Amino acid sequence: MTPDTPSQNTTKAGFMARLRDHDMTASFLSSKVTVGAAIVTVLLMAGALLAPLLVASDPFDPTTVFIMDSHLPPFWIDGADPRFVLGTDDQGRDLLAAILYGLRVSLSISILGVLFATILGVGLGLVAGYVGGTVDAFIMRVADVQLTFPVILVALLIDGMVHGALKGVGQEDTAFGVLVFSITLSFWVKYARVVRGSTLVERNKDYVHAARLVGLPSFIIMLRHVLPNVLGPVLVILTINFGLAIIAEATLSFLGVGLPPTEPSLGTLIRIGQQFLFSGEWWIVLFPGLTLAALVLAVNLLGDWLRDALNPKLR
Amino acid sequence: MLAFIVRRMIQAAIVLLTVALIAFVMFRFVGDPVNQIVGIETTAADRAEMRETLGLNDPVIIQFGRFVGRMARFDFGMSYQFRQPVSELFAERLPATLELAVISMVLAVGVGIPMGVFSALYRDSLSAKLMQVLSLVGISLPTFLIGILLIYVFSVQLGWLPSYGRGETVTIGGWSTGLLTGSGLLALIMPSVTLGLFQMTLIMRLVRAEMMEVLRTDYIKFAHARGLPDRVVHFGHALKNTLVPVITVVGLELGSVIAFAIITETVFQWPGMGLLFLQAVQNADIPIMAGYLMLIGVLFVIINLAVDLLYAAVDPRIKTTASAG
Repeated sequence: MTPDTPSQNTTKAGFMARLRDHDMTASFLSSKVTVGAAIVTVLLMAGALLAPLLVASDPFDPTTVFIMDSHLPPFWIDGADPRFVLGTDDQGRDLLAAILYGLRVSLSISILGVLFATILGVGLGLVAGYVGGTVDAFIMRVADVQLTFPVILVALLIDGMVHGALKGVGQEDTAFGVLVFSITLSFWVKYARVVRGSTLVERNKDYVHAARLVGLPSFIIMLRHVLPNVLGPVLVILTINFGLAIIAEATLSFLGVGLPPTEPSLGTLIRIGQQFLFSGEWWIVLFPGLTLAALVLAVNLLGDWLRDALNPKLR
Repeated sequence: MLAFIVRRMIQAAIVLLTVALIAFVMFRFVGDPVNQIVGIETTAADRAEMRETLGLNDPVIIQFGRFVGRMARFDFGMSYQFRQPVSELFAERLPATLELAVISMVLAVGVGIPMGVFSALYRDSLSAKLMQVLSLVGISLPTFLIGILLIYVFSVQLGWLPSYGRGETVTIGGWSTGLLTGSGLLALIMPSVTLGLFQMTLIMRLVRAEMMEVLRTDYIKFAHARGLPDRVVHFGHALKNTLVPVITVVGLELGSVIAFAIITETVFQWPGMGLLFLQAVQNADIPIMAGYLMLIGVLFVIINLAVDLLYAAVDPRIKTTASAG
């Protein structure tokens, strides 16, 4: 995202020009907090991505985990084992490794969920705004009803329904898919409303009329002509939703409807660790908790910056 | 004004009907209702008879009509796991959740508004800046993490507060309350702080932003020029004019508080509706889920309606556009 990226074709000009005008690079570097947040985000993502290279063994492979190593404290406390920098949990798993692998799971679910939600929401918003009429009314009423309920409740309901429908199938096999599905279905609404709004404006502009006169089919006009011009705010919602999706996934896993202890995300680790709080083993819950908090805070700060940097239309 | 109310009521009815439809679809098509009620040893003939008596062979639209009728009478059916009417379970659990939600909201408003006013008036002071930073952290920390941290500090380390349950409760006319006993009040502190913290930071940031906007306006300058005391200008003139957005947010957040109560109740093992709902989700206990959804739907619709009406009462400009439109 260098400020002087040349616009490749005319339909992209709106978005690219806005990037250039705001001089994103300069505004990014001028805020120390934003740079810090970006560094934290990149570090955590790299840690998750490179987890198999960073830690000696897969913490969830039962052949490499020994119960003798369980309940070891982090390195600065007496009785620690230098092999386990952040200590171990109740089954002798290396906590640092568990966190990195958990981060991997948490991030993949949130990224996939938000990505699908973006595609679904932008698609429905485009169709609603461009086609109008009954289709528009239907999509927007569904959005209204769903917006009445908090995201976490929607996600819980979807989760419960899917489990009801898939009775008999183990939680292990379905948890990942169910979580992505719940996040997708709970997060599409904001995109749809914003994209519909901008599509309504773009639809009546000359370039769309011209495209229609040339005889291009509707879906080509929507995808190639309207879409690039309504994407600005979508990027902002995407970052905000990413932070929210991380929290949603962690919360669902914490509540016990998300990922099982055999394939834990950060939320599952916190749920497991909570049981050991009373025996004084605070590290089992604290480190996953801190990682989660740092990740969400960093992503939110980046989102804040992005919202200010790209036209504050959304406020 | 009347037309406005009627129109809002019709909208509310449509939303409720949609929610009922979702609940009905859940109830009817997620798993077979007959299988959930009978045991494995029931014969096929008995099952068929049961289908008939339950009306599962009737056209879907008639079944839906009957479903809405039952919902309207608060008859949500039998819970699969407890073998007990869902409405009875709700009646047992509702007081705990409502007490928790109301107390946290009072806390959020009671602390959030003064903090917001303070940080707007003294925006360059160190404590105001500290509040801004803390509020950002408060918004970013997931609810359950705050709860766990509180338990670690106040229950495990200091041993001051109980970490789970409601303490002793007193039952007055079918309503079990923890507000009248010492242990009940102690048990309420951490859950209500956990639940209210997010709303508190939200209200604080909102009041701060609105106040800073209002304090720049001419009528505030004029009020100062008239020699009115600061207290009157700040609270009588300025704060009053920030209240419209605050009412909306507080109203809408009351709904989220009920939803977030699910998380708080899990962390503190608070015996309320949220814990019940969560067990239902884990065990695919559809009648409880459907009933909870309906109840929350009604609650949200009522809150939205009340917020709209309050709006019109607080801000005369909205009333005129509403009656003109």
